[in-house]
Amino acid sequence: MRLRTRRRLTRGAAYAIFVAVLLVVAVAADWGRLADSFLRPDVAAGMFPGVVTTALLNTIIYTILAFAFGLIAGLALALARLSPVAPYRWFATAYIEVFRGLPALLVLFLVGYGIPLAFPDREIPGGLYGSVTLGLGATAAAYTAETLRAGIQAVPRGQSEAARSLGMSAPRSMVFIVLPQALRIVLPPLTNEFVSLTKDTSLVYVLGVTAGTIELTKYAGDALNQEVNATPLVVAGLLYLVITLPLSQLVRALERRTSRGR
Amino acid sequence: MSTVRIRDLHKSFGDHEVLRGIDLDVAAGEVVCLVGPSGSGKSTLLRCVNALESATSGTIQVDDVELTDPDTDLDAARRRIGMVFQQFNLFPHLTVLGNITVAQRRVLRRSRSAAEKEAGSQLARVGLAERSRAYPAQLSGGQQQRVAIARALAMHPGLMLFDEPTSALDPELVGDVLAVMRKLADEGMTMIVVTHEMSFARDVATRVVFMDDGRVVETGPPAEVLTNPQHDRTRTFLQRILHPGA
Ligand SMILES: Nc1ncnc2c1ncn2[C@@H]1O[C@H](COP(=O)(O)OP(=O)(O)O)[C@@H](O)[C@H]1O
Ligand SMILES: [Mg+2]
Repeated sequence: MRLRTRRRLTRGAAYAIFVAVLLVVAVAADWGRLADSFLRPDVAAGMFPGVVTTALLNTIIYTILAFAFGLIAGLALALARLSPVAPYRWFATAYIEVFRGLPALLVLFLVGYGIPLAFPDREIPGGLYGSVTLGLGATAAAYTAETLRAGIQAVPRGQSEAARSLGMSAPRSMVFIVLPQALRIVLPPLTNEFVSLTKDTSLVYVLGVTAGTIELTKYAGDALNQEVNATPLVVAGLLYLVITLPLSQLVRALERRTSRGR
Repeated sequence: MSTVRIRDLHKSFGDHEVLRGIDLDVAAGEVVCLVGPSGSGKSTLLRCVNALESATSGTIQVDDVELTDPDTDLDAARRRIGMVFQQFNLFPHLTVLGNITVAQRRVLRRSRSAAEKEAGSQLARVGLAERSRAYPAQLSGGQQQRVAIARALAMHPGLMLFDEPTSALDPELVGDVLAVMRKLADEGMTMIVVTHEMSFARDVATRVVFMDDGRVVETGPPAEVLTNPQHDRTRTFLQRILHPGA
């Protein structure tokens, strides 16, 4: 009985503190000024439709390009990491360790400015889109490779043994038996990587974007300077959430499905 | 049907010598039951015959193909050798039909319709014709193991290897699987079966091979080895298997 009373008191105190803090903030805040800084309807309205048709669209394009590159290069790295050929393993391990240890921004600078300096008479195909694919994809590949490797190793050995016992070669057994199961296992972490990449596209502006290649964060930053008002940041933030929140929900649904088996 | 010829087979994992000189011949259409205590090397021997493990020394010949020759195309050799595992090892992402057609299509390059037709007749053979659209997880253990047998048979092997095919099954499901194996034996398939099912060994085996500690201790017709064993170790093992807890 005493324990239960104490528990109730603790719970009550927690609620009381929460409400008190809310009250203090509500009373102390200058609501008019806040709304004026963050929620001005005319400023928000002025951003449309460009913020969607150009900025949001580019954010999505950059994410998909970098993710696709990361997935393909990551798969190659994961297979190299598990290869019986030692130099492949060394290369993959070194790549993964290096690129997971570097800030994405630094890698983006390296690709955007370092490569053009090193190869002055060559160009990265696709212009800015190509540089972003490589610059963000190079980092994504390292993370994706580790995720895929873990997925491949999570498929029981008996699966590839059964495939081999039917006369399937090692590559066929990987493609038709092991990888489909591995991909299913890593769908939640891969989706999480997609969400991180979406946010990392906010770094793209350092490569110098034009009106046609601008993405959400830079778009909002420019509008912020122009209007001397923070409403554009709120609009951009909401648009990021339009992409990332459904994906996070999807991850949860996938994880629930996996934990139920099959 | 295939013949098997094993000579002075040794297999070590690191310092641990698991097979210590195995000689074994299996004639076409023979059913050899491998028995012996856990850890005696039965699975390892079976896996060597399918080249899932490579021999440390010695030779294994299936028909005229020498598995221990480094120039042998092992993928091609395995097509003609079916293997059934204790844990079934069905592919969980594929339907029953997918399980039975994937190797036919990707290895033998059969058309989808030819592969499905073959799958249908193998499923009928193991008594599961109507479950072709199910996923493995929707089947009982006994049904899964019969699908695994059908999957192996669809490649038209000349030799079937069974590694304790009924050990993971609930007792009431063992009979269906053994019945399928019995039928296969009657049809003349060459089989090597690791099993603790002594009634199966007695009724179906042409020969029983008793292994202990990486060696063949005793071999002969089931009536001799099972009822009148010559070696103490065989006697002790059979005592334990036939009268557990005694
Ligand atoms: N991949 C492996 N690596 C190391 N030791 C192994 C491996 N496979 C089997 N062994 C060892 O070989 C011995 C024989 O195993 P196994 O062939 O599975 O026996 P059985 O099937 O008769 O129970 C055991 O001691 C086991 O621990
Ligand atoms: Mg075993």
